[in-house]
Amino acid sequence: MAQTRLDRRERINGWLFIAPALVLLGLFMVYPIVWSLWMSFQVGKGMNLSFGGFANIMRLTQDTVFQRALTNTFTFFIVQVPIMIVLALLFAVALNDATLKFRGLFRTAIFLPCVTSLIAYSTVFKSMFASDGVINQALMALHIISGPIAWFGDPFWAKIAIIIAITWRWTGYNMIFYLAALQNIDRSIYEAARIDGVPAWARFRYLTIPMLKPVILFTTVISTIGTLQLFDEVYNFTAGTGGPADSTLTLSLYIYNLTFKFMPSFGYSATVSWVIVLVVAILSFLQFLVARDRRRKP
Amino acid sequence: MIATTLRRGLVYVLLSIAAFISVFPFLWMMIGATNTSAEIIRGKVSFGSALIANATTFFTQVDAVRIFWNSGVIAVVATVLTLAISSLAGYGFEMFRSRLRERIFALLLLLLSIPFAAMMVPLFVMFSQAKLVNTFAAVILPTIASIFIIFYFRQATKAFPSELRDAAKIDGLKEWQIFLFVYLPVMRSTYAAATIIVFMSNWNNYLWPLIVLQTAENKTITLILSALTSAYTPDYGMILFGTVLATLPTLVIFFLLQRRFVEGMLGAVK
Repeated sequence: MAQTRLDRRERINGWLFIAPALVLLGLFMVYPIVWSLWMSFQVGKGMNLSFGGFANIMRLTQDTVFQRALTNTFTFFIVQVPIMIVLALLFAVALNDATLKFRGLFRTAIFLPCVTSLIAYSTVFKSMFASDGVINQALMALHIISGPIAWFGDPFWAKIAIIIAITWRWTGYNMIFYLAALQNIDRSIYEAARIDGVPAWARFRYLTIPMLKPVILFTTVISTIGTLQLFDEVYNFTAGTGGPADSTLTLSLYIYNLTFKFMPSFGYSATVSWVIVLVVAILSFLQFLVARDRRRKP
Repeated sequence: MIATTLRRGLVYVLLSIAAFISVFPFLWMMIGATNTSAEIIRGKVSFGSALIANATTFFTQVDAVRIFWNSGVIAVVATVLTLAISSLAGYGFEMFRSRLRERIFALLLLLLSIPFAAMMVPLFVMFSQAKLVNTFAAVILPTIASIFIIFYFRQATKAFPSELRDAAKIDGLKEWQIFLFVYLPVMRSTYAAATIIVFMSNWNNYLWPLIVLQTAENKTITLILSALTSAYTPDYGMILFGTVLATLPTLVIFFLLQRRFVEGMLGAVK
């Protein structure tokens, strides 16, 4: 009797503790998500919506601006995420060496970009990317380029500028995850491999990488979601235009423009947002597959 | 031996370059705050004499007290509420297990991967129907139940000694008393780390405030900075002065609580 009363109290408590969070998540997350899925099948201007079936999906196939935004977003993802993950891994492995001097200093410095807001750092970078600005001058002094690059006047270089900026902001963040994971690895495994004469690159390839696989997967998925939502930097760099000539327009910026700048078409912008969800789902799934396949091989 | 020394040297060189590139924009921002806009876009990398002029322009164009007050109120209120709601949930999910609640938790982790863009439009419609657009409540409410922070607290709660809870129960403490008087003090470093993460993300939040805060007197510092940068010929001296002001709070918090911060980040993965 006492036992069942205790059980019931435990059960009630279990719900009471999580209830406030569940109510808020339901109201401000689950409900909007379900609604936007429904909205994505509706057509009309402003809130005068009616069911349109697949009309929005048909519109996607004819919308060249959408297709450009999708291509741009994908380009950012495919170029930026691998560069950042590799850099973060290399820094983490270098900093994990206990005999390295100034470890704390290096770690703090490389992590520092994470404390800036996306707007603050993109403002700073915008001023550095000016055509006679400090980045062009440094590159010219190093004889990497012969004349100044018009960073935001050229579709190609505008993308590169954004990729450089994002990589600066997020590499240290990813590095911290790898450092944490590396510190959990038993050092004696490395000692044994070294005594057996396994060279450094092989230790990295066949010990470090496989053991970090779960963390690499985690950071890759997180970075994929982040890059596919890219908004703040592009909005700030290009004063909201995604220019030049839509070359930096991302899906999130296009959704923002569809909803708040052009004639509001809530239904269609919801459809575009579900394209992001779909792409994230597919990419995460592929990343899980790759991680699993490699684990089976050795 | 020589190869090892060489490799060592290479590591130091590469790390130094990386550290320099990471820190340079901070220096640039501080140097820029003392230079005129013309000097900045010419790439001048030494301190100048325009600091007072930049500060004056910034404070005449921007109602700084008001704007920083807005950012501060939003960030502090959102942080306190997020910690309260999310730590309760993290404790609840870890301490009281049931199959249904485990399923809900798994569902939450799945929701974590749905981008904000997918809920942005309905959220905006909801808040405009509730006549809450242009209020701080609209900025704060959608952020306070954070799945990431719930997950973080659940992970940290795994390290909370269950003997403490059992002992408190034998002493006749109710569950909310255990949470308030035993769990909370024991877990204070978890709370410290979470405070930094949540405060920063709210102080730096952009897209959602951009959508719901519409009048100038309600805007936050990130919105103002972005608006100033969007000008056809931005006055970079004044803008970089503002950027220094906007970055200072998070920079100070970071250096004060650096160890906690890194530990907190690490704790989230373990």
